[in-house]
Amino acid sequence: MPVEFRKDLFADERDDNLAEIGKPHIRQDILGHVTGRTPFYDDHLFDGLLHMRCLRSPHHHARIRSVDASAAEIAPGVVRVIRPSDVPVNMNTLLSLLNFGRDDEPLLSPDKVAYKGEPVLAVLATSERAARDAVAQVRVDWEVLPHVLDVEEALRPEAPVVNETYPGNAFDYHEKYDHQKLRFGDVTAALVQADHVVEGEYQMSPIEQAPMETCGAIAAPETNDRFVCYTSTQALFFSLGTAAKQTGLASSRLHFIGGTVGGGFGGKVDSHHEPLAILGALLSGRPVKYQWDRAEEMQVGAPRGGERWRLKDGVMNDGRIIARELTGFFDAGAYTRLSSYAVQKSTGHLPGPYTIPNVASNVYCVYTNRTPSTAMRGFGITGVDFAIECHMDKVAEAVGMDPIELRILNAYRDGDMKAHRRVAKNCALIESCQVAAQKSGWSLSSDALAASSMRDGGIGWRGQIPETMIDEDGRIGDRKRIWATPEPTAASGPHRAVAAGTANEHPATGAAPQRDDMIIEAERLGFKVSEDAPGSEAQSVPEPRSAATPHEPARRHVNGGPSLPPAARPTTHSAPAVPVAARPAQPAPTSIADDAKPSDPPPTVAPADQPIEPGSRPPRRPGASRFISGSRGRR
Amino acid sequence: MAKTPVTFTLNGADAATFADPGQNLLDCLRRGVGDLSPKYGCGQGTCGTCTVLIDGQPHLSCLVLAETVQDRSVETAGGMANGPDLHALQTAFMEGFAAQCGYCTSGMLMAAKALLDQNPSPTRGEVIDAISGNLCRCTGYEPIVDAILSASRAPRATERSA
Repeated sequence: MPVEFRKDLFADERDDNLAEIGKPHIRQDILGHVTGRTPFYDDHLFDGLLHMRCLRSPHHHARIRSVDASAAEIAPGVVRVIRPSDVPVNMNTLLSLLNFGRDDEPLLSPDKVAYKGEPVLAVLATSERAARDAVAQVRVDWEVLPHVLDVEEALRPEAPVVNETYPGNAFDYHEKYDHQKLRFGDVTAALVQADHVVEGEYQMSPIEQAPMETCGAIAAPETNDRFVCYTSTQALFFSLGTAAKQTGLASSRLHFIGGTVGGGFGGKVDSHHEPLAILGALLSGRPVKYQWDRAEEMQVGAPRGGERWRLKDGVMNDGRIIARELTGFFDAGAYTRLSSYAVQKSTGHLPGPYTIPNVASNVYCVYTNRTPSTAMRGFGITGVDFAIECHMDKVAEAVGMDPIELRILNAYRDGDMKAHRRVAKNCALIESCQVAAQKSGWSLSSDALAASSMRDGGIGWRGQIPETMIDEDGRIGDRKRIWATPEPTAASGPHRAVAAGTANEHPATGAAPQRDDMIIEAERLGFKVSEDAPGSEAQSVPEPRSAATPHEPARRHVNGGPSLPPAARPTTHSAPAVPVAARPAQPAPTSIADDAKPSDPPPTVAPADQPIEPGSRPPRRPGASRFISGSRGRR
Repeated sequence: MAKTPVTFTLNGADAATFADPGQNLLDCLRRGVGDLSPKYGCGQGTCGTCTVLIDGQPHLSCLVLAETVQDRSVETAGGMANGPDLHALQTAFMEGFAAQCGYCTSGMLMAAKALLDQNPSPTRGEVIDAISGNLCRCTGYEPIVDAILSASRAPRATERSA
């Protein structure tokens, strides 16, 4: 089907005098593809090639008591058994090359496995079949451990520790935060003012990239004291750097050849094959191929991480979304790989392509005993877009509005301030919706047809950063898990960490609590604090409630500062955000009342001149903090 | 273990190698004979990247024992071109952007050639049926089906311009 160019759209923003775009071209590499001559990594033949196979964990989570490879070592065709102790630098995390995150994953696991399929030992043999047969003769004494496969179960205090580098089962951001936090305006106040509150939960599955070519690498000693490595990698220099780090060889001794990838889709960035193949060549002096078979590709190959999202929107009767609150749990599997970065991407993407004046999110990178996840086509974005767009349909249904018109009404327009404090530009969602409706014969109102991304953006509140609560250091987030004792191992198991999102309640932190909307996971607060702070006052367990219910978590001030009676708490809310104040106050809608216990007073928004409660801090003005300064992105 | 000598015709030329017991034709072609055009994708007969023609019929070479092709004729994608002259299917795949990473292409071409050799004017449904055993993860199947149809009509220029 020929591509259709809609040159009527944005005609004045574009130079149509283009030499190449719109004209068909033949791929420069396709002659090799159609003649079968494109050299993929496996299309390099070596005399004396050895084949590497790994012994893999049959358990989701287990301690390795002992490994007996004596039978494998003398099996026919076996040249060498490679153990964890043979790996010069056995711990790594992919993004350590960018100084992001701590080394948390062994190349071959010495004492514990945290996912089914985790490699424990590698066998080099003269044929693939001999390597397989030898692996089958290795005996491992496993001590099976309890495992956790659900992101929220993994964050409970009783959950097994998946990854000892991150004993709270969540990635540490900047060594301080167990999640990524976004605050823009005042979601709590806006939800009270909304005509409708629409909640939803959305769950993505892990998805295997399933390239036609399975992941692999061939390494061989060269004649100049270097090692050549043919690899399927999508990230040649990540693989080169990782291999240099883990083998202890200078990168100048590694000769990497890639460039032809038999399908990748993100699944060929993890750089596990290259260091193992090079190590095999180093230890055996022979060419070594380490290639996943199809079963390994599907079972061990890192998929797109599953994501769970909870959304709570405050919507006016006319369809304007005035608040959006999100809680995200990104399933990293057993090790970090690229999931920490995916969470940052997803947070930067919130609240989707819509101009919403009040946004709050907490997103967690969670460790579970699943296969580690990694890159896959828009990872970190696709999952949250799935959630957001499903939710937009739900919102449209709730307010009785056409779903495309709802999107047009709320879409980013040029000049609007986004929740991550950059100005939207080159917006095209409105035009995309209009064309999609036209193509599908869907009729739109005249208002929706007349809307344009290039008009009405950035006016008034749309171009402003609203007042946003920050803490005394000018940060929007609460700090996490400052340990009670300087020795984290002394008398404090991994689950004595301060609960996620509750750091300031912990007796050890000393910081005054922040306002309630800093905590979205109200239900987690109760049981975590009660375990974490024995002897403190923070023993009360609130009623279980939706995790996306930040406005009334039961909490105590456990260290300094007086406890506020519940009825007084809502008065600590900041002045209403600009767009909310411009509208008449609405009575609390029924969907909010569903959440509130009868004994709770309905939350109200205090006027701007309300005295600030002791122990809280006044809202800061936009730009007052280096953290939320919007000057770089503002016009 | 004893190796078995195997002689057969590969893309019209004599070929001879020694097969290990249990060795499949894919491994024999790639490592024994040196024809790297059929690819390993699954090794269990599900993906089609290793498709070759044996006596004109498409076969999954990962499921064929090497010694069974003794005295038979094997065709691979590596033998489709006649010197510098590409087969009509190859030209159609190039012009129609019917390959992206290229890993499935050898198998697709073989499945398509088996079809066109027997049925020069297939319907779209027959093309889809012919490549139903070949997986592609990049291109999407539409450009591949279009390219095969285009190659099938190539000798009839009038119909192509319609």
